[in-house]
Amino acid sequence: MSDMTADATTAAELPRTKTDWVPLALVPALALLALPFVGEPSTWVTLTVAGLAMGMMIFLMASGLTLVFGLMDIINFGHGVFISLGAYATLLVLGPLAGWAQADSVGLNLALLLLCILVAMAVTGVVGAVFERVIVRPVYGSHLKQILVTMGGLIVAEQAIHAIWGASPIPIPLPETLRGAFVLGDIVMERYRVVAVAVGLTVFVAMQLMLNRTRIGLLIRAGVENPEMVEALGYRIKRLFVSVFVAGSALAGLGGVMWAFYRQTLTAGMGMEVMVLVFIVIIIGGLGSVGGCFVGSILVALVANYVGFLAPKLALISNILVMALVLIWRPQGLFPVARR
Amino acid sequence: MTATSAPTNIPFDETKVRSGVLQSLLSSDPPRSRVLSLILVAILFLLAATPFLFSGSQPLSTAAKICVFIVLVASYDLLLGYSGIVSFAHTMFFGIGGYGVAIALERLGAAWTSVGIGLLAALALSAALAAAIGLLSLRVRAIFFSMITLAVASAMAVLASQLSEITGGEDGLSFQLPPALRPAFRLLSEPVFGTAVNGRLLAYYLVFFVSLGVFLLLLRVVNSPFGRVLQAIRENEFRAEALGYRVVAYRTAASVISALAATVAGALMALWLRYNGPDTTLSFSIMIDILLMVVIGGMGTMYGAVIGAALFVLAQSYLQVLMEAGSSAVAGVPILPNLIHPDRWLLWLGALFIVSVYAFPGGIVGRLRQRGN
Amino acid sequence: MPEPLLQLEAVQTHIGPYHILHGVSFGVQTGSLTMLLGRNGAGKTTTLRTIMGLWRASAGRIRFDGRDITASATPDIARAGIAYVPESMGIFTDLTVRENIVLAARSGPIDSARLDWMLGLFPALRRFWNLPAGNLSGGQKQMLAIARAIAEPRRLLLVDEPTKGLAPVMVRSMIEAFKALKEAGETVLLVEQNFYAASALGDDVLIMDDGRIVHSGRMSDLVADQSLQQRLLGLSLDAHQ
Repeated sequence: MSDMTADATTAAELPRTKTDWVPLALVPALALLALPFVGEPSTWVTLTVAGLAMGMMIFLMASGLTLVFGLMDIINFGHGVFISLGAYATLLVLGPLAGWAQADSVGLNLALLLLCILVAMAVTGVVGAVFERVIVRPVYGSHLKQILVTMGGLIVAEQAIHAIWGASPIPIPLPETLRGAFVLGDIVMERYRVVAVAVGLTVFVAMQLMLNRTRIGLLIRAGVENPEMVEALGYRIKRLFVSVFVAGSALAGLGGVMWAFYRQTLTAGMGMEVMVLVFIVIIIGGLGSVGGCFVGSILVALVANYVGFLAPKLALISNILVMALVLIWRPQGLFPVARR
Repeated sequence: MTATSAPTNIPFDETKVRSGVLQSLLSSDPPRSRVLSLILVAILFLLAATPFLFSGSQPLSTAAKICVFIVLVASYDLLLGYSGIVSFAHTMFFGIGGYGVAIALERLGAAWTSVGIGLLAALALSAALAAAIGLLSLRVRAIFFSMITLAVASAMAVLASQLSEITGGEDGLSFQLPPALRPAFRLLSEPVFGTAVNGRLLAYYLVFFVSLGVFLLLLRVVNSPFGRVLQAIRENEFRAEALGYRVVAYRTAASVISALAATVAGALMALWLRYNGPDTTLSFSIMIDILLMVVIGGMGTMYGAVIGAALFVLAQSYLQVLMEAGSSAVAGVPILPNLIHPDRWLLWLGALFIVSVYAFPGGIVGRLRQRGN
Repeated sequence: MPEPLLQLEAVQTHIGPYHILHGVSFGVQTGSLTMLLGRNGAGKTTTLRTIMGLWRASAGRIRFDGRDITASATPDIARAGIAYVPESMGIFTDLTVRENIVLAARSGPIDSARLDWMLGLFPALRRFWNLPAGNLSGGQKQMLAIARAIAEPRRLLLVDEPTKGLAPVMVRSMIEAFKALKEAGETVLLVEQNFYAASALGDDVLIMDDGRIVHSGRMSDLVADQSLQQRLLGLSLDAHQ
């Protein structure tokens, strides 16, 4: 009886799934808007593919950071060093397997890239676990100290890279068959960028499946919103957090490998340099939102590419302008993450 | 002699007797530690007398750099220590000050009016940028501020190196100083205590006294009712907001004041070097140096800036020589020479920095004060 | 009388500089529904949070099922068999109703008999099964919160003000649900401000004021004794709601 009345009161306000379409529509809208300004469709495709590739690489580097922030309210300014470390870890593979890089075989080249990625993820994952234990854990709860201490960790780790691998930039060549470009009529697409898009999409889809289809993914999403309740349900959130920190570091390492082959040069500061973009992207996306990070990455990269083509001088500050506009529109970012 | 053996409670009585001018100069915020007071007086004396105590240009340049960095670090302490927010754009304002003076002197000629125009324009730009960044980022979360300052500062650094027609790009700008500050200028025909009273000396004292003045002004700011509200916000943002203080407005104002002081420091640096470029004022490594100085000296103390800047600049100028010697001494051992190579001194500073944040959040000043009590 | 399932002995809790609980002692018997009453700020929520390990007791002892859980971590307390429904309900709004319940069932899929029983108590949840929980109304969220607590068999439910802010019709259906839980033999410690709901449900009653238990006894005695009610409820309840 009472159940029926309860139903009756709610029937009128049947909830609908709220999908926030506006930020999602932003990317295609932007791409279409750029078309008439760029003029030549083939140039437009080239620019767009290049932008997508760039966006995917930024996403790879940024996703771990936003996840860690979302789950434990930890901001890791030392995240960039995992990008550098992942990049340098390729040397562990490229040294002994130099032959695979020179071989004119797509299979061998891709296998080499995959091996680089796996080794880099292992190295950054392990270092991430140590970093979490030594640097981050003592300063849970204080953003100020987190920023300072992780910055200190960054300095030390960058210097350690210098001490181990030397301070001068190290060139790393792309594997043979990943060089050059695909040409379809007027459209030119660099091969490596296509690979980067494929890797980025794979990781994004895998992350989405993990977050939406697995218990651990549900726990992460629940923990982002209300870590205390996750504990009250009987889950040890500290352990969950350490795994996410390690996974986030490993993702940064993966991003570092992709970024290293893109730049074809290794420097200890390369991670910190790209951190500027990473921060912009996670702010635009909404701190803690993986989907927002994805959209934000592509948005920033596309804008940078189009503006770089149309008005090169403006490209230097186009990222800042995009961020300012987004924040004026939505102060919490495109996809604000609910907390408690 | 008697000073070291005297009971520790006496200095406080002495300060009471000596109150008045000194108290008012220090905004009633004395060092509160005998050892600290002695060190500060020693630093003040050494900086004031450097031209007469040491010969050669290296000590004078080191002293001038210490003066400038005291202002730069103290103004950063206003943000980090007193307001509890981390900015990575402090070198941007430092750079704006440097470029303001440099561009004005280069374009408008070597006159005092150019210095004035350049400084004013730089101050205006810094204030506008600081206000815009503060209002955009602080209304959401304090950590947005950190990330956004990092992003904006790096964009400005790229911009400065790209707009080479105006800024000289990577090479920077060299310029002529107003005649009174040039080495050839003689204020007195006879040397004093064996030191020629020339334009270089005047330039040094310009740097010294402006730095001293700005430092005392900052000390006044943090001890004013405004400064106390900032500290209340740092302690408990929500309570301060509930008490009716507009947190965003206060923090943005602190950020603007801090930016203005950094701009003055940048102008002094450029005047002293007769040059301004990305590496002397704008680079991210200077930002890291500032962080190290403020944390090691002592956050939220102002005097920590003096200790941190003096120690750091001295170490930068002289310690690396020592490391060089150490490194070549252990040549042949794997990795070890790399670790104590002078280029690796940041490694050790970084470690010291982490330890400081964990173990002595009050830095050197905090330690000395604890000992004193 | 057997040893109570949950036993608090002189528990004190500080939150920052504030001393909230000044020595709370009581027991909850297996199979009973115990009402914890008291006005705002009396320390009811703090008591539940201290049991759950979300605040730490600074003195005293908490025993559950013969084990000392005073210093245990929150997840371990939950694993010992205590389910907690906070006043804020703690719903994960980004997750669907189903996902919220899946997470609550730590040991794997819920068997269909239990699921049917649970959704029989709260039929509204079935209709919104695959929708984000953030879209639910306040009353539906409260239902979900309680459904989560009973997704698997637990030894003890701690529920903080389940009728707060609900429309009278929802309050009635909530009371029905708790009656059904009682019949199923669940042990419940329920914080309430609503005396109508409390008197309809409670076996035992505890009244708190200023961080202490000022009365404990049978609910039926309190309901029968007008003068006791007058004296205690004057301080325990804001008004006759």
